[in-house]
Amino acid sequence: MIETFLNPEIIAAIWPIVLAGLANTVLLSLIVVPLGLLGGLIVALLATVHHPLVRWPLMAWVDFFRAFPPLVLLVLLFAGLPFAGLELGGFACVAIAFFLNTGAYYGEILRAGIDSVPVGQIEAARSTGLNRLQAMGYIVLPQAVRNVLPDLLSNTLEVVKLTSLGSVVAVPELLFQARQAQSLTYSPTPIVLVAIVYFLILWPMVRLLSRLENRALASRR
Amino acid sequence: MSTWDRFVDTFFNARVMAKYLPDILSGVVVTIELAVLIVASGLLAGLALALVRALAIRPLNWLIIFIVDLFRSLPPLVIIVLIYFGLPAAGLSPSGFVSTWIALGLVLMAFAEEIFWAGITSIPRGQWEAARSTGLGFGQTLLNVVLPQALRLTIPPLTNRTIAITKGTALGTVVAVTEILGQASSAVSNSYNPSPLMMGSAAYVVLFLPVVVAARWIETKFAWKR
Repeated sequence: MIETFLNPEIIAAIWPIVLAGLANTVLLSLIVVPLGLLGGLIVALLATVHHPLVRWPLMAWVDFFRAFPPLVLLVLLFAGLPFAGLELGGFACVAIAFFLNTGAYYGEILRAGIDSVPVGQIEAARSTGLNRLQAMGYIVLPQAVRNVLPDLLSNTLEVVKLTSLGSVVAVPELLFQARQAQSLTYSPTPIVLVAIVYFLILWPMVRLLSRLENRALASRR
Repeated sequence: MSTWDRFVDTFFNARVMAKYLPDILSGVVVTIELAVLIVASGLLAGLALALVRALAIRPLNWLIIFIVDLFRSLPPLVIIVLIYFGLPAAGLSPSGFVSTWIALGLVLMAFAEEIFWAGITSIPRGQWEAARSTGLGFGQTLLNVVLPQALRLTIPPLTNRTIAITKGTALGTVVAVTEILGQASSAVSNSYNPSPLMMGSAAYVVLFLPVVVAARWIETKFAWKR
């Protein structure tokens, strides 16, 4: 069993490949999480404009990306755009797809956070002489982020897990490297190893989330 | 030919679309089958785990928490690949369809258990005590008093999570499942034209957009009481 699924010799041989994949997964996450947050912030700030000409297109935009599978979006960019003469490469496609997809999710979360801050806070801030942008940046957003922190973290976990889609468009992240190693060694060991790496990295985050969610629940009671 | 005509001829080529429409439609059927199986088995298994957890048997609960954490930490695509390429070495060879079903079913089970469990624990102790004092047993209290209230609370987070995981059926294309994306991708490489991909994308929107809109409505209807 160990011989097949966690062969020590194979692990020793492929360790450098897996490590390179890990570095790329970390790098990819460090790029796509801030990009998604930026997209989300834009969505959430636009949502504070209550004009119907902003509201409806924005809602359609968010719902579209909630309905559209991220892998399909990624393949559409990677395999579709070259037909329009635009060849972006796997890494750029992942970045754009994540900006659009996770931006919609982060946007929904941040919007709920902003909604959770009482209007009185904004009125008080404005009455002290802060302009709208200052009130949003210094008063509303910090409280909004605090209120939805568990959801933000949970979405960030999903985004990090989603970077494994990069393997489909040849971005050499963990899963891609594992599949390369698997086809070289004809053994499931690389994939088992990479699953363990993912688990060890993300487990603490899942535990933390579980605890935050329970605390949120307890305070609601 | 103007730029616009060339664009339409490339991305919305009527001849290519007509030729591959049956393929895309058969992909839609596979996607729906897969989605229904995942949702049904994932939610049922999640509910079953949450009910077992309510029995409060220590070692069993540790096991449940570990399983839930495991499937919340692993990326779904990694689980699919692990089942599809890993199990054959143990003498089992599940098809791509079955691998995707099992993998996403397990992921949904994990998230559903967390949500159901959160719902159950959010019911005040007094409800339990009142129900037990009227002579209801533990099982009766759980099923007739606690669960109906808990389920109501779980509906909004559950619908969101279920949609997000069901969209993952597209991942099946990596292990050669002939669902929408798989059909569209092979049609693109056969026809050297991106129109099938546009059709496939449209199919996803037609399938999932009504669900997302319905979820938005459900969210406001069953919102957490504050």
